Amino acid sequence: MNMTSDISAPATPLPATTVASRSNPVHARPAIELQDASVIFGKGDQAVTALTPTTLKMERGDFLALVGPSGCGKSTILRLASNLIQPSSGNVLLGGREAAAKELRIGMAFQNPTMLPWRSIEKNVMLPLKIVEPFKRTFQRDRKGAYRDRVHALLEQVGLKDFAGHFPWQLSGGMLQRANLCRALIHDPDLLLLDEPFGALDQFTREELWQVLQDLYLDRQPTVLLVTHDLREAGFLARRICVMSARPGRVISDRAVTMPQPRDISVIYSPDFVEMTQGLRELIAQIRK
Amino acid sequence: MTETNKIRSMSFSLILGFFLMWEVLCIMLNVSDLILPRPSEIAVTLWTRFPVLWPHILQTLYSTLTGFSLGVIIGVSIGVLIGTSRVAYGVAYPLLVGFSSIPKVAVVPIFVLWFGSGTTPAILTAMVICVFPIVVNISTGLATTEPDLEDVLKTLGASKSEILWNVGLPRTMPYFFASLKVAITLSFVGAVLSETVASNRGIGNVMMTASSNFQVSLVFAGLIVLALMGVALYAFFSFLESRVTGWATRGNDIAVT
Ligand SMILES: Nc1ncnc2c1ncn2[C@@H]1O[C@H](COP(=O)(O)OP(=O)(O)OP(=O)(O)O)[C@@H](O)[C@H]1O
Ligand SMILES: [Mg+2]
Repeated sequence: MNMTSDISAPATPLPATTVASRSNPVHARPAIELQDASVIFGKGDQAVTALTPTTLKMERGDFLALVGPSGCGKSTILRLASNLIQPSSGNVLLGGREAAAKELRIGMAFQNPTMLPWRSIEKNVMLPLKIVEPFKRTFQRDRKGAYRDRVHALLEQVGLKDFAGHFPWQLSGGMLQRANLCRALIHDPDLLLLDEPFGALDQFTREELWQVLQDLYLDRQPTVLLVTHDLREAGFLARRICVMSARPGRVISDRAVTMPQPRDISVIYSPDFVEMTQGLRELIAQIRK
Repeated sequence: MTETNKIRSMSFSLILGFFLMWEVLCIMLNVSDLILPRPSEIAVTLWTRFPVLWPHILQTLYSTLTGFSLGVIIGVSIGVLIGTSRVAYGVAYPLLVGFSSIPKVAVVPIFVLWFGSGTTPAILTAMVICVFPIVVNISTGLATTEPDLEDVLKTLGASKSEILWNVGLPRTMPYFFASLKVAITLSFVGAVLSETVASNRGIGNVMMTASSNFQVSLVFAGLIVLALMGVALYAFFSFLESRVTGWATRGNDIAVT
């Protein structure tokens, strides 16, 4: 059954629609689409279901926040979307194609900031420019010039300007997460996958970075899939919030956040906002029982 | 005086004390210089015979370094090959372990048989003896690379070779340099050994000839030269290691102001 859908899937999108789809979002091909995708690790007795068949669709330029209890499969969805793992059943389409086709430029921030310990922060953040086209082409020429300035500008935005030359072990957990975010953004990705990127930060830095992320989002309009445990974070940043049930998870609620963007940080104290997060909190409290 | 300086001066005193003790005991116990010459005699021999020893020092150094370089090239190639492929790792490991458990002295007669005595068997012995530790370290380093680090590159769509260059190999450098320190010492041993058995050049041969002519203090002078060369080679690669893989030994230097 899966075999047939695998084969037929790439045939569906028409190449000619690429240009039109950007200007006409209603008919755009979705940026990510999970079609009954499930993930099972291991075999036989050892098998762990990380994700029961899940269907999730994201339009280009959308900002979706994924919330849910620990272990429900949120990171697994991100790993599917970034093509790090293949679904055990179902399909994962990126930009309307099989994930392996790599039509989209992906930026990902993992749950733990995986900085390469032998590279300075600056060189870590610059890494995507060395790997991803079209930046890769002129990497040798630009790494001491234009790319370096680009990295420094981004580091300055998150308050890490003075730490560009430091090594990862010389930074605190929160600082590493900020660098992690920079690395996910430096190559101007079409699709941004963020796994609890602000987890280890204090409230003030966190709110500051929400605004940084919002600005970057509104500026460049990538498709963003953000996993978070913080309902206020989800409400402040996202256009759409999906709630997942406990392990093995699936999406049980999918609602839009209609407040206009850009949002001011004070919005999180407005009655509408409080009401929305309260609703989500009750929903999650229910599914935990 | 800082802690390290203290330790340094103590170990210097220990070395000095060792030679003093040797000198004094030889005089007190009236040891014949045909059995154990005094350090002062050895030093004099070293000084007067140095012009004769010098070409042999260069010869031994040449054999060691040539064999070592070949060994590094072969070791790194095999290590990368079996470290990046799980299958190759499983298939090749038993054979490698088999090779490594052969005492390397045993290959000298074979090399002499094939290439005659001289420089070639010394180089080849130095080579085979150092390949294995390099292979083991490179392949373990690559095979144990944290998947998290590789994932960073995979999400960016990096190719296999890009992952190897940007994650696998840098991560393996500390292992590689640790193995180089071991390997250079082994190569040195291998080269000297082969010279001793089958060559008419090199420090190993000088010692052998001196021994059969009862030039005891020259034998010991050769030994001192070998010790100094061994230490110098080891120190050089230690220094290189600390320069290249400083990130692996994170500092805990707390500034006191
Ligand atoms: N490599 C793996 N092998 C086996 N089981 C796994 C693996 N990765 C994840 N799992 C299992 O899949 C389930 C979902 O994991 P996932 O990391 O997606 O959870 P999560 O929603 O991100 O949780 P958290 O909020 O704590 O990060 C977990 O129960 C976990 O035990
Ligand atoms: Mg997770």
